Amino acid sequence: MSYIIDRRLNDKRKSTVNRQRFLRRYRSHIRDAVNDAVSRRSIKDMEQGERISIPRKDLSEPIFHHGPGGQRSIVHPGNQEFHQGDRIRRPDGGGGGGPGEGQASDQGEGNDEFAFEIDKQEFLNFLFEDLELPNLLKRHLEGAQIFQHRHGGIVSQGMPAKINIVRSMRQASMRRRALTAATRKKIRTLKAERDALLEQDQSPQRQARLQELDEQIARLERRVERIPFLDTVDLRYNHHVKVPVPVSRAVMFCIMDVSGSMNQDMKDLAKRFFLLLYLFLERNYEHIEVVFIRHHTSAKEVNEEEFFYSRETGGTIVSSALKLTRDIINERYPVDQWNLYAAQASDGDNWNDDSPACAKLIEDELLPKLQYFSYVEVMPRAHQALWDHYQNIMQRHPSAFSMAQIDEPGEIYPVFRELFKKRMET
Amino acid sequence: MFLSEGSDWDFELLARYDEAIADLAHNKYGLDTYPNQIEVISSEQMMDAYSSVGMPVGYNHWSFGKQFVEVEGRYRRGHMGLAYEIVINSDPCIAYLMEENNITMQALVIAHASYGHNSFFKNNYLFKTWTDASSIIDYLVFARNYIADCEQRHGVKAVEETLDSCHALMNYGVDRYKRPSPISAVEEKRRQREREASLQKQISELWRTFPQLQPAVQLREEPPHFPAEPQENLLYFLEKNAPLLAPWQREIIRIVRKMAQYFYPQRQTKVMNEGWACLWHYTLLNDLYDQGKVTDGFMLEFLQNHSQVIYQPPFTAPFYSGMNPYALGFNMFQDIRRICETPDDEDREWFPEIAGSDWLSTVKFAMESFKDESFIQQFLSPRLIRHFKFFQIADDDRNDYVEVGAIHNEQGYRKVRDALAEQYNLSIQEPNIQVVNANVHGDRTLTLRHQRSSGRPLDENSAQEVLRHLHRLWQFEVRLESVEHGSVLNEFSMPPPTVIS
Repeated sequence: MSYIIDRRLNDKRKSTVNRQRFLRRYRSHIRDAVNDAVSRRSIKDMEQGERISIPRKDLSEPIFHHGPGGQRSIVHPGNQEFHQGDRIRRPDGGGGGGPGEGQASDQGEGNDEFAFEIDKQEFLNFLFEDLELPNLLKRHLEGAQIFQHRHGGIVSQGMPAKINIVRSMRQASMRRRALTAATRKKIRTLKAERDALLEQDQSPQRQARLQELDEQIARLERRVERIPFLDTVDLRYNHHVKVPVPVSRAVMFCIMDVSGSMNQDMKDLAKRFFLLLYLFLERNYEHIEVVFIRHHTSAKEVNEEEFFYSRETGGTIVSSALKLTRDIINERYPVDQWNLYAAQASDGDNWNDDSPACAKLIEDELLPKLQYFSYVEVMPRAHQALWDHYQNIMQRHPSAFSMAQIDEPGEIYPVFRELFKKRMET
Repeated sequence: MFLSEGSDWDFELLARYDEAIADLAHNKYGLDTYPNQIEVISSEQMMDAYSSVGMPVGYNHWSFGKQFVEVEGRYRRGHMGLAYEIVINSDPCIAYLMEENNITMQALVIAHASYGHNSFFKNNYLFKTWTDASSIIDYLVFARNYIADCEQRHGVKAVEETLDSCHALMNYGVDRYKRPSPISAVEEKRRQREREASLQKQISELWRTFPQLQPAVQLREEPPHFPAEPQENLLYFLEKNAPLLAPWQREIIRIVRKMAQYFYPQRQTKVMNEGWACLWHYTLLNDLYDQGKVTDGFMLEFLQNHSQVIYQPPFTAPFYSGMNPYALGFNMFQDIRRICETPDDEDREWFPEIAGSDWLSTVKFAMESFKDESFIQQFLSPRLIRHFKFFQIADDDRNDYVEVGAIHNEQGYRKVRDALAEQYNLSIQEPNIQVVNANVHGDRTLTLRHQRSSGRPLDENSAQEVLRHLHRLWQFEVRLESVEHGSVLNEFSMPPPTVIS
C-alpha cells in the first residue's frame, strides 16, 4: 500500500534558519568580503548581492582521520598496462587522481575556497550591521502612523472572540448569589423548622406542618434552580484601545564639497561615502528625511539624482553650505520635533578666512541644534586649515562631533563604521 | 496496454505506476517492504532535504546551513544536478520525487527507492539490529524540540558549541557490538527526566572529593582503574562520565549519539544498499517492458539514465573519484544472479554453494545477511574483477615508489578481493581511538589511545582540533597518545603542554 502525497506547497524554506546560523557564524569573513566589495564596486551597483568565498579550512568540521603515511592498500578499476610487481614512482601529493593518492583528500579539508552567494538584502544587512545614528533621542507624536493596541479594561459589549471567561463567570456567580440570596435564606429557616419538627413526637399537626414545609422548600428550591447559570448580562469582554506611538523623526544633511580643488578621485570618494550613508539611512530608519547640499562658493539644495551624478565646479566657501543648513533647519525642521544630523565631506581646502567662520558657525549655531555632526576629509595629502579648526571643536564636543580622514576607497567603509558604530552610552 | 505514452506525469499516473511496480515486487518477487509514502517535492525542497542529511525533521545547526548554501550555489550555477531521489529509513518508508522529473524518472525512482531501498531497510540484518524504523520520525521530532527548548533556556551559542563538539566525535558515538535498545519518543521523554535527575547524582558520586568515613586500611587500597576496560564509544563515555556537564548537555550528546547509531548501518552498506536498489529498478522496469506496459521510448530513456548511474570511470579518467558504489553493487547482484542461473566452471569452483541455486532466494540471502565488507569478501567473482579490471596498489611510505600488488589474473583474484573488502571495513578506514584512562582520583586528566595499524598516523591538525572539542566536553586536560607495538609515537594534549624553560 502506497500513499502518494503532494508536498510541493509545503514550506520551501526549511533551511533558512540553518543558513542564517551559518552566515552569522562566519560573519567576520563575510564582512571582510562585503568591505572589499564596497571599495571595488561602482556607485551604481552598490546595492547588489555578493559572492562570498571563505577558505575551506576555516569552516572545516574536524573529525579524527588518518594522515598521509604508513602502509596502505588501494584498489582501483580500469587497469590497462600494469602487471603484478610493477613499481611506479609515487605521484606528487594530490596530483589529480593517480594511483597511490590514497583517501586522505576526501575529508573536505583541501585548500580550495568555499564559495556561496548572499543576496542584496543580506549584503546590506552585513554592510550596516551594528550601525546606528548616535544620540537619537527626541521622540515626537506624529500623525496617524503607528499605533499600538493596549489593554483598555473590561467592557460589557464586544465580540465573542474577546470574551473574558474568568470575569464573565465571576459576574454570573455574583448575579446568581444576589438573585437567590433571599430565597436561600427562607429555605434555610424552613429547613431549620423542619429539622426541629422531626425531633418532636408524632402528631397529626406535626405531619401536616411537615408536609407544608416540604412543599414550600421544594417550591423555593425550584425557584433557585430557575435562575440561569450564565446570562447574557454576565458576559464581559476584553477591551483594546489604539494608542498612537511616538516615533523618532530625523533629518540628515549631506553636505558635499564639489569645488575645483576636489579632483575626480576625491569626488568619487565623497560620493561613495554619502551613498553608503544614504543606503544606511534608507534601509534602517523609516522616519528619516535626507537633505542634499552641494557647495562650491555658493551652496545649493539639490535632489538625490543631482547630488550623486551632476557635475559642477567652482571655488570653495564651506561656510555657505553651513549657512544654508542653518537656514533650512530654521525654516523646516523645528528643533523640538526633529533629530538633526549632518555629515560633511570635503578636501579641507577652503577660502582662507572662511575656516574660522565655519568653526564658529558649527559650534555656535549648528551643534546646539544637531544630535551629531560628522566630518570626513577626503584628502590624501596633509590637512589644511579646516581640519585644525574642526579638531578644536571635537575636543570640546566629543559626543556630538566626530571627524575622520579617507585616503582611498578601501578606507571608506571602515571610517563609515567608525563614525556610526553602535555606542553603549545613551 | 501502455501505462502512459508521453513524458508528463500526474498523480493518477504515479499511482498506476506504483501499483504496477508493487504488484511485480510483492507478488512476483516477494519483496518484503514497509508501506510506502511517496512525496512529490520541488527542487528547492529537495535542496532542503539534501542539506539536512535527508532527515525530514532535523534540529537547527549551522553545519546544515553550510551544506545548504553549498548545494544551492552549485545547483544554481549548474555544476551539479540534484539527486533524483532521497529515501528515508522509516516506517512508512518516505521517498521523495522531484516535480521536474518526467514519468520515466519517477517510475525509476519509485522502483529504486520505494521497493529497492525500502526492502533493504526492512530486511538487512544491520538495519534490523541497529535501527528502529517505526520510531525514528518521532525521535527526530523529540530531538528537534528538545534542542530548540535548550536554545531558549541556555542560548543558541551554548547549544551550538555543544553540538559542534558532539559532531566532531559523531563517528565515535557508536556501539559497534552492543545492540542498542530501540528508541521511541514517548518513552524517551519520560526517561529523559529520570536521567537528568539520577545522572547528576551518579556523577557526583564518581567525582566525590571528600574521603569516605571508612577504616584507614581501605583508604590505602590502590584506587581502581577507571574505566576498567577501554571504551570505544567516546560520546557515551562523555555522556555518562564527564564531570562538569549540565544535564541538558548530556542529553544533547545522547541525541547526537543516537543519530550516529541510526546512520551507522547506512555507512556500512553503501555498496549493497545502492546495488540492491539498482538491481530492482532494473529488474522491475524491464519486467514492465516485457509485459508491454511501457513504451520503447520510456525504456530507452530509462536505460540511458540507468547506465549513467552505474557507470564506473577508470582510474585514469579526470573525474575519477574512487569506486562508484552503484556500479559495484549493481554488478555484484547481477553477477550473483548470473552465477545462479548460468554458472560456468569457474563459478562452480569459486561458488559451489550458490552456483545453480535459486537466484531470488540467493540474492535475498546476500542482501539480508551481509555488510559491504563481508558481501565483497563473499561474492566478488573473478569474472567481475576482470570486468572492472581491478588492480591493487600497495603504498608504503618507506619506499619512494608504489607497487602493484595484484591485478585481475589467477594469482591476483583473492588478493584484490581481500583488499577491496578491507576498503569498506570502517574499523580499518577510521582510526581506532579509545578512552583508556580517566584520572578520577587525581587531576581528572582523560587519556585516549590511538592504536595505529600499518603505521598509519593520525592527521595531526584535525586531531588537535577534535581534541579541543573533547576538552570542551570533558573540561579538564585531555591527552591522546598514538601507539604502535606498545610504544607511544605521537602525543597530543589539550590544553597544549606548556614548555618550562
